[in-house]
Amino acid sequence: MSFQAPEELSKKAHELYEQYIPKIDEIKVKERIRIPVQEMPAQDPHVRCRNLEEVAIGYTAEEAQIEAIRCIQCPTQNCVSDCPVNINIPLFIEHTAYGRFQDAINVIKEASLLPAICGRVCPQETQCQLNCSVGKVFKTVDKSVSIGRLERFVADLEREKGNVQIPDVKPETGKKVAVVGSGPAGLVVAADVRREGHHVTIFEAFHKLGGVMRYGIPEFRLPNEIVDEEIDTLRKMGVEIRTNFVVGKTRKLADLLEKDGYDAAFVGTGAGLPIFMGIEGENLVGVFSANEYLTRANLMRAFDKKHADTPIYNSKIVAVLGGGNVAMDSARMALRLGAEKVYVVYRRTEKEMPARTEEVQHAKEEGVEFLFLQNAKRILGDEKSRVTGIECLRYELGEPDASGRRRPIAIPGSEFVIDLDTVIVAIGNSSNPLISSTTPQIKTNKWGNIIADENQKTSMDRVFAGGDIVLGAATVILAMGEGRKAAATINELLAKEIEEEKLKKVN
Amino acid sequence: MSKIIYKEKLSDNVYKMRLEAPLIATERKAGQFIILQVDEDYGERIPLTIADADTEEGSITIIFQVVGLTTDELSRMNVGDDIPVLVGPLGNPTNIENFGTVVCVGGGIGVAPMHPIAQALKAAGNKVIIIMGARNKELLIMEDEMEKIADELIVVTDDGSYGRKALVTEPLKELCEKEPKPNIVFAIGPPIMMKFCALTTKPYNIYTEVSLNTIMVDGTGMCGGCRVNVGNQVKFVCVDGPEFDGHLVDFDNMMARLSEFKDIEKEKYQCYIDLMAEAKIAENESKED
Ligand SMILES: Cc1cc2nc3c(=O)[nH]c(=O)nc-3n(C[C@H](O)[C@H](O)[C@H](O)COP(=O)(O)OP(=O)(O)OC[C@H]3O[C@@H](n4cnc5c(N)ncnc54)[C@H](O)[C@@H]3O)c2cc1C
Ligand code: FES
Repeated sequence: MSFQAPEELSKKAHELYEQYIPKIDEIKVKERIRIPVQEMPAQDPHVRCRNLEEVAIGYTAEEAQIEAIRCIQCPTQNCVSDCPVNINIPLFIEHTAYGRFQDAINVIKEASLLPAICGRVCPQETQCQLNCSVGKVFKTVDKSVSIGRLERFVADLEREKGNVQIPDVKPETGKKVAVVGSGPAGLVVAADVRREGHHVTIFEAFHKLGGVMRYGIPEFRLPNEIVDEEIDTLRKMGVEIRTNFVVGKTRKLADLLEKDGYDAAFVGTGAGLPIFMGIEGENLVGVFSANEYLTRANLMRAFDKKHADTPIYNSKIVAVLGGGNVAMDSARMALRLGAEKVYVVYRRTEKEMPARTEEVQHAKEEGVEFLFLQNAKRILGDEKSRVTGIECLRYELGEPDASGRRRPIAIPGSEFVIDLDTVIVAIGNSSNPLISSTTPQIKTNKWGNIIADENQKTSMDRVFAGGDIVLGAATVILAMGEGRKAAATINELLAKEIEEEKLKKVN
Repeated sequence: MSKIIYKEKLSDNVYKMRLEAPLIATERKAGQFIILQVDEDYGERIPLTIADADTEEGSITIIFQVVGLTTDELSRMNVGDDIPVLVGPLGNPTNIENFGTVVCVGGGIGVAPMHPIAQALKAAGNKVIIIMGARNKELLIMEDEMEKIADELIVVTDDGSYGRKALVTEPLKELCEKEPKPNIVFAIGPPIMMKFCALTTKPYNIYTEVSLNTIMVDGTGMCGGCRVNVGNQVKFVCVDGPEFDGHLVDFDNMMARLSEFKDIEKEKYQCYIDLMAEAKIAENESKED
């Protein structure tokens, strides 16, 4: 699909609106599925590739209603079971179709705490939209109902109207819970535990909250303002926030529990340890991990070259190695920082790329060039140790591997060189060892992930964990889902203790 | 946030500050560092070694040389001002044992981070020989403090304006040749100095620990910006270091990486200096009015 101007999209939607909404109760299933997918209005690619503003603009109310009536309210409800937090999707979509937008967001919020964020960053095409009955009719997930866009629409509307309610907090219980890390997992635990009246302190290593949503995912995909709003809500609920605090270094986890009076702790420290490829030249000047590149640009605001003290490399030609969201974000950020040419180099084909389809689409529109079935073999440098190019190998797909994806096999002798000055390595992250190395009581698996049971309990008494530190690099929604479960377990534990203490007093 | 409770100019471009940081003061050990920012929104993150700590006062001491934008801005802050971002203690503590005879080499501003290490080595029962050096007399810092700890203190300057006219590697070589040989050498200073210290001790097979001060962003192992080659393995200075076996460190690569942003930083710093100059002129003009 090529880019269509927002005005055009809304004009088309308006026509459909006039046609369908007046007779909304009479639209037949056959008619519903024939209504075209409402594309996401976006900034013009030529303009947006040089600015940091959000690429996707969001639906208009008419577009949202038209998209919502595409849902046939099928009885299978695969979308609900495929959603990691089981949002009642058909119900929220029905409300949306009828223009009952506040009801719609209320339904979502029963299950999900961060809809404005999830609507933007969830990989819907592999979750709720994957087995959508409408998509199935056309045998393509591209035709599924755009659940994510609808979620974003109703969440944004509530925020823009100033209708976001601060959740009620029960009377203080006197119990204290430490939340380590302020990514989606930590934020959700903080909210859910605080609601029960327990004191909550969030400890965050960085000076700003939000985890990957702040330092990794760029402004043009997830505006900081939206993350700020969530944090502001937590503040208003009375959550204590301690930034610049590295648990394990500034204070040991065990000390928080044993000396500082915390009754329980949640570890949501994420998967922040960049993996490098182990190829020649990886330490040359001009080679960055995606984490470093994005952190400089996002958290440290190096994009704002005029005001920020933190420098970022002036690149002309960039190669990003990898095919996930992190790779897409890095590539698109490099363009926005002024690179003339950006390549994404990926070992497999487009089909196997783990990035969200929308990100790949957007990157293409912006001019990022994809080199599929190719991979860097070594990085070349000059006498000053600065990057001058990469030597690549071509690949072909062989037999399927354990994951069911066809294994890429290098073609011997297919080496060729691309001249460039910057390489961004985005092939994944492993878990941060700061907590586990200073807390021997916590058991980890061979990849360094903290082991947690189905209630998010770790091997250490009163310590729970969730998100990327347990799952390995995963997603916002999965982190959030684990946070919810952990909070429920913590709340249960504390409620039981309060009950027991009461009994003791009586006796 | 951390309040500045003491400030002193040690030499032309070198400052000492005590900062309110009770938790860091309690947890820190010799060899560890902090990261700070002078502006929460637009500041850059720079690592500085903790030179000392006072648990009673709840403070840590930092000593820094003005070398760029952030250290310049920091040097203009005063007692009572708040440093908006201060995080630590980061990195691993120095391995302190009773080794026997140790030689501590501190070059330039490197004398500051060497101080707590020498102190701890002394307390562990070592014979501590300290070599401290600087380009000239004005740039020598903390001689009195080192004097107190050292069983033997050797002071050198490049230009001979104070102490012996030599590079630190000269007395180091002499010590390596003498019996009994030092059991271990610690060297902290400019990368080029550490490189040559390691080259000096190599033929004598004396283990030489160096403390690396690379470019850092987070300081918690998240970005890899601080990576160095050590014995052909990639190590992150902030979590695997900051101290490494000097005989294994690829100093040339490290120095190249340190210059990663030099051009951009120079430009930014120049802009900043120009701004300060303009502000000064404006201030003078308004005084004249
Ligand atoms: C560039 C990028 C793009 C992505 N895009 C998407 C996307 O489009 N969709 C999607 O669903 N997912 C995406 N992800 C993945 C998603 O962001 C993560 O799965 C999710 O953020 C994990 O949440 P978390 O709460 O487990 O940890 P994180 O978000 O990683 O947060 C952990 C926090 O803990 C802090 N911390 C770590 N150690 C300590 C300590 N010892 N003491 C105190 N604080 C500590 C860290 O500073 C950090 O703030 C992306 C990831 C990246 C890097
Ligand atoms: S400073 Fe980022 S990993 Fe060391």
